[in-house]
This record gives sequence, C-alpha cells and structure tokens, in this order.
Amino acid sequence: MKILVCITHVPDTTAKIAFTDNNKKFDANGVQFIIGPYDDYALARAVELKESSGGTLTVLNIGTSETEPTIRKALAIGADDAIRINAEPTDSLFVAKQIAVHAKEANYDLIMMGRESIDFNGGMVHGMVGELLGIPAISPVMKLDIEGDKATMAREIEGGKEYLELSLPFIAGCQEPIAEWKIPNMRGIMSARSKKLEVIEPVSADVAGQLEQYELPPAKGAVKMIDADNVEELVKLLKNEAKVI
Amino acid sequence: MSILVFIEHAEGAVKKSSLEAVSYAAAMEGDVTAIAIGSIAEDALKSAGKAGASKVLHVTDEKLEKGIIQAYANVISQAMEKIGANILVLAKSSLGDPVAARVSAKLDAGFVSNIVDLPDTSSGFQVKRSIYTGKAFANVNITTEKKILGIKKNAVELKEDGADASVEKFAANLSDADFNVKITSQDKATGEVLLPEAEIVVSGGRGMKGPENWGMIEELAKTLGAATGCSKPVSDMGWRPHHEHVGQTGVKVSPQLYVAVGISGAIQHLAGVNSSKNILVINKDAEAPFFSAADYGIVGDAFEVVPKLTAALKAAQN
Ligand SMILES: Cc1cc2nc3c(=O)[nH]c(=O)nc-3n(C[C@H](O)[C@H](O)[C@H](O)COP(=O)(O)OP(=O)(O)OC[C@H]3O[C@@H](n4cnc5c(N)ncnc54)[C@H](O)[C@@H]3O)c2cc1C
Repeated sequence: MKILVCITHVPDTTAKIAFTDNNKKFDANGVQFIIGPYDDYALARAVELKESSGGTLTVLNIGTSETEPTIRKALAIGADDAIRINAEPTDSLFVAKQIAVHAKEANYDLIMMGRESIDFNGGMVHGMVGELLGIPAISPVMKLDIEGDKATMAREIEGGKEYLELSLPFIAGCQEPIAEWKIPNMRGIMSARSKKLEVIEPVSADVAGQLEQYELPPAKGAVKMIDADNVEELVKLLKNEAKVI
Repeated sequence: MSILVFIEHAEGAVKKSSLEAVSYAAAMEGDVTAIAIGSIAEDALKSAGKAGASKVLHVTDEKLEKGIIQAYANVISQAMEKIGANILVLAKSSLGDPVAARVSAKLDAGFVSNIVDLPDTSSGFQVKRSIYTGKAFANVNITTEKKILGIKKNAVELKEDGADASVEKFAANLSDADFNVKITSQDKATGEVLLPEAEIVVSGGRGMKGPENWGMIEELAKTLGAATGCSKPVSDMGWRPHHEHVGQTGVKVSPQLYVAVGISGAIQHLAGVNSSKNILVINKDAEAPFFSAADYGIVGDAFEVVPKLTAALKAAQN
C-alpha cells in the first residue's frame, strides 16, 4: 500500500496568539511549531497500517523552508520520505490543488490528513482533494481498518458515530482515537536525518480567499465570584443579568 | 442575488443551526432558496420560510436517505446551477463541512468556514472567520465569483417572523460513482440535546472522579435543558462517549451558557469554549485557570454545589 500523509506546521496548542505588521502577519516570535495534532493522529495510524500491511509512507507539507524541522519530525515518527511544496499555505483551495496535482502523479492508495488544521480550522482540504481526484473523502475518521483494498471506518457525527465501508483509493481526515500519538525515539530521530526530503515548486493556482487582516477578541471582563452557600444568588444572576435561563 | 442554503434535519425537524444559516442568507438581502435532502414532512420544511427562505427544494431520492457526501455535493452543485445561485450558505456540521468542501472544488468556489458575522461588501466580499480555535479572527476577502459561506453558531440571530416557504421537489442527475461509499450503520444518541446545537452546555472534568458520578451532571443539564459535555481525559478514560469531548481536539461549542464542573481550564479545553456567551465555573481550587476565563465562578466541592444549584434552579422554575 502506498500511503500519503499531509501534515500542517502550526503553533503549539499553548502558544500565545498575537499579530504584527498592523495585524497582517502572525507573530511567530517565541512560538514553537508542531505537527498539527489531528495530522499527528493521521500519521500515527498511517505508521501502524504500514507496519501491518507493508508499503510506503510519504509525508507532504505545503510550506516555506521553516517547516522542515516539523517535516523531519514526521520522518522520525516513521514516514519513509517527505515532500515539501514550496509555498505559503494561506488558502485551502490553493493547498488542495497542490496536493491533488502531486497525488494524481504519484498515485497513492490512501491519503490521510488531520480533520482540520489548528491554525485556520478550515476542515475542508481533504474534501477538496477528494473532489479534485474524483475519489471519496471521509472526515472526521476515528477508526480505520484496511484489508486488501477494502476499508471499514467509523466517522464522528453529532451525537454519535457512523460506520462506513469503501474501497481504496480514498482520503481520510482523521481525529482521535484513530491511534495514539507517537513520540519519535532516538533511532527514528537519527534515521530521519538521512531520509529524503524533496522540495518541489507549486503549480500555479489562484488564491480564492485573500487575507486582509487579523483581529483578537476583546478582553474578557472580570469573573463574578459567588459564595458556594449562596447558589440562589447565582440563579438570580443567570436569570436577570446573563439572561440565559 | 440568489442564495442557496443547505439545510439539515434530524428527528423530523430542521436543525436550528440550519435555520440560523437561512436567517444569515436572508440578512444578506438575497433571494433565499433552501435545499433539504431526505425524508422530512413538508410542513416541517416550511419553518425555513419563517427563517427567511422563499422556497425550499426537497430532494426525496431514497438513495439519499443517508448522508452520502459525494452524492450530496453533486445534488447541491446542480441545485445552485438550477436556481442561478452564486452563493451557498450552510451551518457547520459533520455532514455540511465535507459536502461544502467538495462543492467548492467542483465549482472552483472560495469556501470560508466558521464565519461569525455578515459579509462586508463595501469593497469586495469580506467575511470574518474565527481562527486559532476561537483565539483570533481573520478578515478574508473571497475573490472567486462563486462563494461558499460556512456559518458558525450564533453568527446572526435566528429570524422567525417570515412567511411559510413553498416546497418544491428537486431531483438531481446522479451516477453510481456518487455512491461508492456505503454507510453500514449509525449509532446516535436520540432524544437528547446535541452538543453543537445546544444553547446551554454542562461539562464535567476529571474532578468528577468517575463515571458513576455523572448523574448530578445529567440532572443539572436536564434542569437547564442543556447538552452534556466533558474534558478530554474524561472521554479518553471512557467515562463519557467521545462525541461529548469539548476542546481543541474535540467539539467546539458556542452556547449562551457553558457550565464547567471540575475542569481545570487547560488552554486546550478553553479553545473549545472561548466563544461561549457566558461561562460558569465550579471548581474546588480557587487557583484553577478556568476562573480567569469565566463570567461567574463558585469555589467549592462539585459534589455539594451541583446538587444545591440544581435544586435552586428547580425552585426558581416553579
Ligand atoms: C495537543 C493537545 C490537545 C488537547 N485537547 C484537549 C481538548 O480538546 N479538550 C480537553 O479538555 N483537553 C485537551 N487537552 C488536555 C488538556 O491539556 C488538559 O489535560 C485537560 O483539559 C484536563 O482535563 P480536566 O480539567 O478534566 O482535568 P484536570 O486538569 O485534572 O482538572 C481537574 C479539575 O477538577 C477540580 N476538582 C477536583 N475535585 C473537585 C471537586 N470535588 N469539586 C470541584 N472541582 C474539583 C480540580 O481542582 C481541577 O481543577 C489537550 C492536550 C494537548 C497536549
């Protein structure tokens, strides 16, 4: 089986979100970047699938050269080789077109990625790539098993799960508990250094969503503390002040 | 301006989030047509009229009873073409999101999701979207002729004063290739308030000590007409089902009131609740970080405070 895992390079979940350049640019100062947590689930399951049924595992990132340490980490976790498409991933449709053009040529059996990136939270790239390639794209996938070219999976829906059957090739947008996050070991880190990381230039594609400006939410007011012995006071506040009951 | 709104339904009624999407489209001063797929009574579809749609297209093809993403995307693209709509509006959901993504690629339409406000069309077509899991916003100009807008809950107020919509049958041309995914079964909670739709959410964390103590969380939720949620460790340990897990890697909610019981308020949990209108925190540790993100707080033992609060709410209701 030939597997592709697409990863995002995003600020750590505890990073302080701030902007510079008149709110036109993300302030990366002091921010640690990680593999998107959902992509990390996809990668972990892909490594397991490769271990159990053989084949190859390639990781792909659309990003500028700063993303290479993140890509190396994915290689350390267990990918065989990597591709970086040298472009800013600012627009979902643009990103999807880059992935689709590459995937069409390389002919993967299975394409996995996170259900969404944690920077723009679009959750749409898998669906777009699926449409561009004319294959199914399912998300958010929380269980995926493959036998031969048949797959069974569970997808989360509001209030429960949906179980599906389909055949390769397809795309899976993944989330927990599809697999446990894998932490690279020393051997993985050493071998990642010599694994192939190919850089290719993007195909030309229009940007459908032009970023104009970022904005931070207004600061939260102070919390009103209520005595544990006076829940009636809380009920009054919820009723008359917050007007939620 | 002709706008198509994809509306979803559950248990015989149009989902509230979908009606909000209709109101959003109506507030854009468009000519709003809604489209519903699958069996639902015509009378129930008329509620889309109250929210602002003039017409509802109803697709009753038996093969579309289940939400086959590819087929739905094809139906919606064809409906957009039929009514000459350049804009598709829909609420964020596990079905709507992947369907809209395919429509976007099919029609080369710019798709922006998690939109929190009406578009600004004074120069171009600018929408405000929530990013970094609720920690910031981005203003984005959609430059394509066709556009898809995914609306976050509570982006606009639900309108309920319109006239009934007319309901019309709509059939699309579909091929076998649209049905190459088989949905074998669904296992879904019925009769309870669904988390992403809920106006009030009551969540419990590790401070609840074990699944056997969830009775008081459920009782409080029931009294408030709320959905129940939980923190990640709680679903990881199997105390509660995964679809209740709120936060960075779980469901993102934006209710009128979020009640957090025995949850510390780690940044990844807050990411899923930070667009709630009001937050109430009950925690025995006065230093719990959640208090600095809260509007109301009680320092106390959940096992004492929660039953007392439930009783006081019941007393106030009578
Ligand atoms: C990449 C990443 C993604 C993550 N995503 C999520 C996510 O989506 N959602 C999420 O929730 N977490 C997420 N986490 C985990 C997060 O960091 C926290 O570990 C988690 O939220 C803690 O859950 P908790 O508050 O229930 O438990 P704890 O942190 O253990 O807090 C328990 C709280 O209960 C209080 N308490 C104890 N006993 C009582 C009592 N009797 N009465 C009242 N209060 C009591 C304590 O004072 C404490 O504040 C993520 C972590 C990472 C690294």
